[in-house]
Amino acid sequence: MLFLPELILLLGTLCLFLVSLGSPAIDTLRKLTVTIMALVMLASLACLNQKGSLFFDSYQVDFFSQLFKFLICTATLAVLIFSEDSPGIRSDVKAEYYVFLFTGVLGLMMLTSSVELLAILVSLELSSFAVYIMVPMRSAESGGAMQMESGIKYLLFGVMSTGFMLFGMSYIFGLCGSTYISDIAVQIEPLFYQPAAVIAIAMMLTGFFYKLAIFPFHFWVPDVYQGAANETTAFIAAVPKIAAVAVMIRIVSLISAEGQTVVNLLLICAIGSMFYGNLSALVQKDFKRMLGFSGISHAGFVLFGLLTLSSQGYSTSLYYIMGYAAMNLACFLVVCVVAPSGKNLAIEDLTGLHQRSPLLAVILAIGLFALAGIPPFVGFTGKFMLLVSAFKQGHVLAVVLAAINTAIAIYYYLSVVRVAYCSDPQGATVNVAPGALTTAVSLLLLLVIVAMGILPGVFLNITSTAVGTIL
Amino acid sequence: MDQLLINHGFPLLSALIFLPLAGAFVLLPLKGDETCRYVSLVFTGIVALLSFMLVAGFDTTTAAFQFVETHTWIGPLNINYTVGVDGISILLVVMTALIMPFCVLASWSYIKVRVKPFMICLLIMETAMIGVFVALDFVLFYILWEAMLIPMYLLIGIWGGPRKIYASIKFFLYTLAGSILLLVAIIYLYWKNSYSFFIPDMMWQPYGITPQVLVFIAFFIAFAVKVPMFPFHTWLPAAHVEAPTAGSVILASILLKMGTYGFVRFALPIVPDATLLLMPYVLWLSIAGIIYGGLTALAQQDMKKLIAYSSVGHMGFVTLGIFVLNKQGIEGAILQMINHGVTTGALFLCVGMIYERTHSRELSAATGVGKYMPIFVTFLAFFSLSSFGFPGTNSFVGEFLVLAGTFEFDLTLGLAAIPGAVIAAAYMLRMLQKVIWGGVDNPDQSWITDLNTREIITLAPFLLFVLWIGLSPGPFMEMMDFSVTDLLDRFNAYKAQSVAAAEILARR
Repeated sequence: MLFLPELILLLGTLCLFLVSLGSPAIDTLRKLTVTIMALVMLASLACLNQKGSLFFDSYQVDFFSQLFKFLICTATLAVLIFSEDSPGIRSDVKAEYYVFLFTGVLGLMMLTSSVELLAILVSLELSSFAVYIMVPMRSAESGGAMQMESGIKYLLFGVMSTGFMLFGMSYIFGLCGSTYISDIAVQIEPLFYQPAAVIAIAMMLTGFFYKLAIFPFHFWVPDVYQGAANETTAFIAAVPKIAAVAVMIRIVSLISAEGQTVVNLLLICAIGSMFYGNLSALVQKDFKRMLGFSGISHAGFVLFGLLTLSSQGYSTSLYYIMGYAAMNLACFLVVCVVAPSGKNLAIEDLTGLHQRSPLLAVILAIGLFALAGIPPFVGFTGKFMLLVSAFKQGHVLAVVLAAINTAIAIYYYLSVVRVAYCSDPQGATVNVAPGALTTAVSLLLLLVIVAMGILPGVFLNITSTAVGTIL
Repeated sequence: MDQLLINHGFPLLSALIFLPLAGAFVLLPLKGDETCRYVSLVFTGIVALLSFMLVAGFDTTTAAFQFVETHTWIGPLNINYTVGVDGISILLVVMTALIMPFCVLASWSYIKVRVKPFMICLLIMETAMIGVFVALDFVLFYILWEAMLIPMYLLIGIWGGPRKIYASIKFFLYTLAGSILLLVAIIYLYWKNSYSFFIPDMMWQPYGITPQVLVFIAFFIAFAVKVPMFPFHTWLPAAHVEAPTAGSVILASILLKMGTYGFVRFALPIVPDATLLLMPYVLWLSIAGIIYGGLTALAQQDMKKLIAYSSVGHMGFVTLGIFVLNKQGIEGAILQMINHGVTTGALFLCVGMIYERTHSRELSAATGVGKYMPIFVTFLAFFSLSSFGFPGTNSFVGEFLVLAGTFEFDLTLGLAAIPGAVIAAAYMLRMLQKVIWGGVDNPDQSWITDLNTREIITLAPFLLFVLWIGLSPGPFMEMMDFSVTDLLDRFNAYKAQSVAAAEILARR
């Protein structure tokens, strides 16, 4: 039972591997993948309250990890459903694409349970390498030659940050003599006045900074977002970030009260992310690229909650990343449905969306307003609570800077809404109609964005319970 | 919580807030433009009728918050859904509820495309606007304050004039950027008041002078943009000119009042020391707004722009009245908020009616319609007279009180405000002269039809209030009297207290 969701996913992946040996029809593949993922999601829902540890205590199963697994599966399922027939993926490797996707998800799920440095490394690499390969699998018709460039960039930056992370881990092992996080927590606590501990923790975090796209480890984001197929980007933009937050909460909670240096470092990264992301997003023409930059700034907000080193801050970060995943998926859903044959979507291509598909226009508008942090949506509530918890810790200047960022960000989100709502389609435009399942997913995302914004109490209780189980 | 009168009966305020929202949901599945118009008229009408119940049940002999409802909303952060009205807010709530049905009527034939989304936006606006005036929890207030931007942005951006994109984005950016620091101030106050967002708890607390000044600046930027005070006013002409009639009316009559309401409700009681310290600057900015708004209005050829700039001037009078900090000033300011809402709203409706006929807002295209639209120009004349404070109309009472308060406070300041009143007469009469008579080169207006019954019904209530408030302001003043007196008493008590404290410190 402890390992059930992962096991089902593993079996599903193997099953897909067998299928990929033949030449399956796209329709079969789609049905198969959605079914497997739905099964995994149900299994993770059923295992939500499991408790225990596996593999010599390096694999912890608790409410915290199970919640994250459920979130990961749900987000992946949403991506699978709204990517329809995955028009952006090379048709001869579609089955293989799904094999790698599932392997990646498996890695991410394992990551949330790993409480030992090597287990963290192995699961992180399992997911990373799968995703590295997914990026260049975009079809040449939709991506030109961009996908190869982005694939290489993603790989090189990824490997580099893994290198940093390993280096940090080796320091930690040197200082503490153990690779178990629970042991490290005890050993490292009195060591924070030493530069070695500070450097070790900071370097270990870089691996996840990279996944979460935090300044200064964000360089891959714009190119990969633009170069990867729409469905791949949707996955990269939401799912690995959820898992990264899980591990980051575990690592950051190692920092003791004396680790003010690390906190300051994180503060600089958070503020840097916000400014860099928002200012760069202002001038983007490609919608996915813009979302990439906006993702960098949102990662800064997530980090804002982590660096308070309080359980309230952690649970707010968790809440925020849940909300962020929902808002982001809502936007990518629109990208995937509107983009003709998996091509990239310029912001101008959304012209007159309100006529071509009223539902999608509403989803897009609400998703973007939520990302911009306008109440009553989840983006506002999350940001507000993050600011409150940072204020309580005395980071007043940072709170002011973060608030200013919200004002900068509104401009580029608003320009997209403007294009979708305030201009009429020119010339002959095709109406877009999402399929039944996609419509259901979009309505569900809408509901989540609004419900999390208006009634955050319920969700906060869940996240604080989850955080409570690991502290 | 002694200053709250909890309402255990019918949740009147919640009904006022959520009924329009419910109406928006009712509209969603409906088909047919005409049905949508009628349904929104019914919903806004019911809200307007309910607001009479509010007036009927309002106790004018207490300064406490009435009709209070409170429910836990977000437990972990101690955020509650708390609403209530007092003498400062009740008139604004009622005005909002009463104006909205006429906004629907004014859009009846003006809005031809995407009627359903338009009506949904109007109804959501109403929910947010009423909510802002009755919210007693700072987070609730802020959420509604910001949420309002979305429907208003869409109203301007979708149904606006030729430069709608520019105007709507400017409106959104200005207001949002202005209120960002308000959020930080709210968090500070929450942290300082043992984690409570309850607004009355935050009042009259001894914060240090530096935090007070910072919080005041945050308040000031947020509210001054909304009012809009000179020099934060540039979004207003753009937004007014491009917005559809109903949008202009909402902007002028209700949205602008939120800024001044914010000053009375938050700036004065929460940061009194900073108010005293920074008051002179705000007063002179108000004077600058009065003069600048008047002079600019004098030069406009576009009727909507003219009225928009006149709003800058009129709102200058309101902020002037608030910050002279005496009874005439504040009561005059609150009355002037209502007056401006009635008069300017009606003027925008008039311009909208001309626009529907001539498809131009240019003064030159509307000259000399008096001959063919006698009913219209009668209304227009009354509203114009009211706009520059002609005795017997509503604005006279408000402006007189504000000026009386100003002279009581400082002679120079009062003298500086006087030219504003004169310029107002100049630009309004200029417009009136051109519209009614024009010159020898009037365009051919003989094809123009006079107002129809719907339009007369739309304008008549505004005229009623212009004359009612103008001839017998007593009942209106009575509603706010206790709250304003209480506000000033507490303000003076606080001032005396801090002076005493300063003396003790000095003696040491």
